[in-house]
Amino acid sequence: MGLLDRLAPRRPDADAFEKAPAPTVDSVFATKALRKFLASLVASPSPVLIDLGPVVGANISFLGEELGCKIFVEDLFADLDRHVREGRFERFADFLKARFRQASASVDGILCWDFIDYLDKAAALALAGELTRILRREGALLGFFGTAQPREGGYSKYLIVNEVTLKRRPYPAARGRQAILLNRDIIRLFPGLRVSDSFLLQNNLREILFRKPG
Amino acid sequence: MEKDIVNIGKSVVIKGELNGSEDLTIEGHVEGTIQLRDHVLTIGPNGRIKAQVFAKSVIVLGEVTGNVTASEKVDIRDNGSVDGDIIAPRVAIAEGAHFRGSVDMQRKGAPPKAETKPATVPAPQAAGPPVPQAAAPAQRVGA
Repeated sequence: MGLLDRLAPRRPDADAFEKAPAPTVDSVFATKALRKFLASLVASPSPVLIDLGPVVGANISFLGEELGCKIFVEDLFADLDRHVREGRFERFADFLKARFRQASASVDGILCWDFIDYLDKAAALALAGELTRILRREGALLGFFGTAQPREGGYSKYLIVNEVTLKRRPYPAARGRQAILLNRDIIRLFPGLRVSDSFLLQNNLREILFRKPG
Repeated sequence: MEKDIVNIGKSVVIKGELNGSEDLTIEGHVEGTIQLRDHVLTIGPNGRIKAQVFAKSVIVLGEVTGNVTASEKVDIRDNGSVDGDIIAPRVAIAEGAHFRGSVDMQRKGAPPKAETKPATVPAPQAAGPPVPQAAAPAQRVGA
């Protein structure tokens, strides 16, 4: 199997849409990478963050109060959902290439969550390229990657309880998770970044903290 | 002492610059600029705002399109909607609220970054908030 071939969609989107589950209960889990992500940002007096997930008021309050930062909420899950529902997913990679209005090397931290798990190869590469472009030197990117197909479908909102605890809240989605990525596939997605820390959690989530070399 | 609160009703449409020195609740439509520097602005459930907003605190239950700056707090309640950038030391966004834009909670006195300022070029297919044209004369509320 070649590089990133695992990102090729194996589940029809319509199938995922029809099986979109009703919201289930939140699951709380310990995070090891979030603290390191936050620690990488405190050195900056006024960091700029991008959150690629849906808006979560508690996260904005937490990050704002902890870091005194500027946060751009760029809900890519909503963009993905819209493209899938409108039958335009094949254009999603091009959309991502033009999606970010931030200047190059202008962002200190990116919360990618598990968004890449829902993409195909072209979209994942387009996104990774753009995130690498906007991240400043020494900037940090936090990504989650599934290591097993979850029992429930749909997207997940990650709510920050504190710097070592997250709450995962599933919500309906038009597109299911795609293939599970191996470490080397993930690393090859971001040739301009280096892996700072990687943790495999008990809930089968792999947390990877990337840093942009100085 | 009873606190003065001015109410702009559902049928009222205002275009231009709105200044005030009392707390204000808007249930109607306002386009332009709203300045209540030392007071609380509440956008009621029926309120529709296309404006740059400056106030001490802003509570949003209706719809706001435009940038919101508050010296104390911005509070987007359930079913409230903001399309625009928020600058405030404290921001609360309820679970059922809609928000698209950025939140700047940078601490006062933090030195601005030369390189970190994001470009202001609007994103394709990700329209930023419109800049209102406040051409009409200023209207003072509760004066």
